[in-house]
Amino acid sequence: MVGEIKVEKVVKRFKQIDGEDIIALSGIDLKINAGEFISLIGPSGCGKSTLLRLIAGLNGADEGKLYIDDKEINHPSHERGLVFQNPMLFPWLNVHDNVAFALRARGIYKENKGEVDKFIELVGLSAFHKSYPHQLSGGMAQRASLARALVNHPKVLLLDEPLGALDAFTRMNLQDELIRIWQERATTMIMVTHDVDEAIYLSDRIIVMTPRPAKIEAHIEVKLSRPRARSNSEFLKLRTNILEILNYAGHEEEPSYYL
Amino acid sequence: MKKIMKKLNNWLPVLSVVLAMVVELVLVNASKHIPAKHPYFVYLLVAFLAIFTIIALAAYYNKKAKTWIEENALFVGAAILFLNLLNIFTKKLALFPVIYFPSIDKILGIIVEEREFLALCLASSGKLLFIGYFFGAIAGFATGIGVGFSKKASYWINPLIRILGPIPATAWIPLVLISFPTTFTASAFLIALAVWFPTTVMTSSGILNVENAYFEVSSTLGAGKYYQIFKVGVPAAMPHMFIGLFNGTCASFITLMTAEMLGVKNGIGWYINWQKEMMSYANVYAGLIIIAVTFSILITLLFKVRDYVLVWQKGVIKW
Repeated sequence: MVGEIKVEKVVKRFKQIDGEDIIALSGIDLKINAGEFISLIGPSGCGKSTLLRLIAGLNGADEGKLYIDDKEINHPSHERGLVFQNPMLFPWLNVHDNVAFALRARGIYKENKGEVDKFIELVGLSAFHKSYPHQLSGGMAQRASLARALVNHPKVLLLDEPLGALDAFTRMNLQDELIRIWQERATTMIMVTHDVDEAIYLSDRIIVMTPRPAKIEAHIEVKLSRPRARSNSEFLKLRTNILEILNYAGHEEEPSYYL
Repeated sequence: MKKIMKKLNNWLPVLSVVLAMVVELVLVNASKHIPAKHPYFVYLLVAFLAIFTIIALAAYYNKKAKTWIEENALFVGAAILFLNLLNIFTKKLALFPVIYFPSIDKILGIIVEEREFLALCLASSGKLLFIGYFFGAIAGFATGIGVGFSKKASYWINPLIRILGPIPATAWIPLVLISFPTTFTASAFLIALAVWFPTTVMTSSGILNVENAYFEVSSTLGAGKYYQIFKVGVPAAMPHMFIGLFNGTCASFITLMTAEMLGVKNGIGWYINWQKEMMSYANVYAGLIIIAVTFSILITLLFKVRDYVLVWQKGVIKW
């Protein structure tokens, strides 16, 4: 198995406009097993997207180191695919050419032509392979961007709120699709999300992060068998548990009088 | 009444042509005009009559012809009416000074009778324009891409663009004349300079406005630096580049007309200037008509290329 990620004592600071440093990550330690489905969850400003960008190699850490399969991460690579909330398809390329982009960029398109259609098929867009991005719905565009990242056979797939901009039903469909792809390919998946239900539905393990200072608050193993039912009592218990850690559980008001 | 008007609409150009013919044949010519060798205006009207009768008839069977004529009949009719009025004011009544406002017959006559020399002039101008435009556009793309992607290039070249760019290319004439071996190269350089500035500015600003996330995505997909520049940055900046090319085209036309005064052997701008000095205004108008038609064809071509290249842009796609 490949695709093991290690994060060791990582600190990341950003300069604010007034010149003061803001600590985006304060000494993060994390080990993600090969083939694991991990969710990073937490309120805005907890550094989950920053952590994802560091793993992608788009930014460097100020202190500490990150490793993939014991190799240090210091620049972006096709081994670590990235999918944003906004699909970011290249608007001047149709679906087929968007998916083929990575193969062409790496100069291996000729030998792997078949891969492109295979992955377009995998995400269910075969009928739209000639469509341009502006002709696709939000869900279809996100499927295409998933295929574009997967065509490289990445060891790790990084998902930055991939379903955040979609309506509830499209979202649930794509969650099932993500699970299917993950089970088929056994890629390590690291997903940033705001959605507690989504995290429980998909992940093996949920990393709960809190802001100020940005750090990991809890690791929650999800030991539910798949496919998971969103109404399962264990599911709801986990949900309450996570919301309590994040202080969003709320509390029932005492009624002011009894009937 | 409305119904009759609607039915007549497609025949408006034909009616307007017939009216112009009647006027031309019935009214007496003013004696001040020197008559042309042939009644060219009548020839033109006959040609119009044939064309618009065919279109009006075709409209009964052909959908494409129908939509075109329904939309444009009024404009075409009015345009022919304008020619008719012009003919009345010049050839028939000689209301304006004859030397500055020759008859339509005369102008058309020049185009027909001097067609070989005019074609030669057009070819010379075309050669100058294309050479200047080609090198100007290439240099503009190169500078724009350099400034857009490289901080160092931007540091050294940006001030140059800011200072030199806004100067009209024609202001360089005194310097250019002494620095180039021939007037042709000097003129071509001026045109290139006029195209270079807008192309550079729009290309670099297009590249600087590309969303960074596109580069981030492409780097996680395994694209190297140059692949990112030419396969992400350039296509993403393409809409801007075309605006630059369009502005450059307009600037190149202006510069061409001026550059031809530097002493080229012949050229359409040179022709107009030369004929003006000889007080042959019919030739001047003939030259102007040729320029108008040519330049408008060139601009149309540029738009066609743009529509083809930018087919991916929302709303540009035609089904």
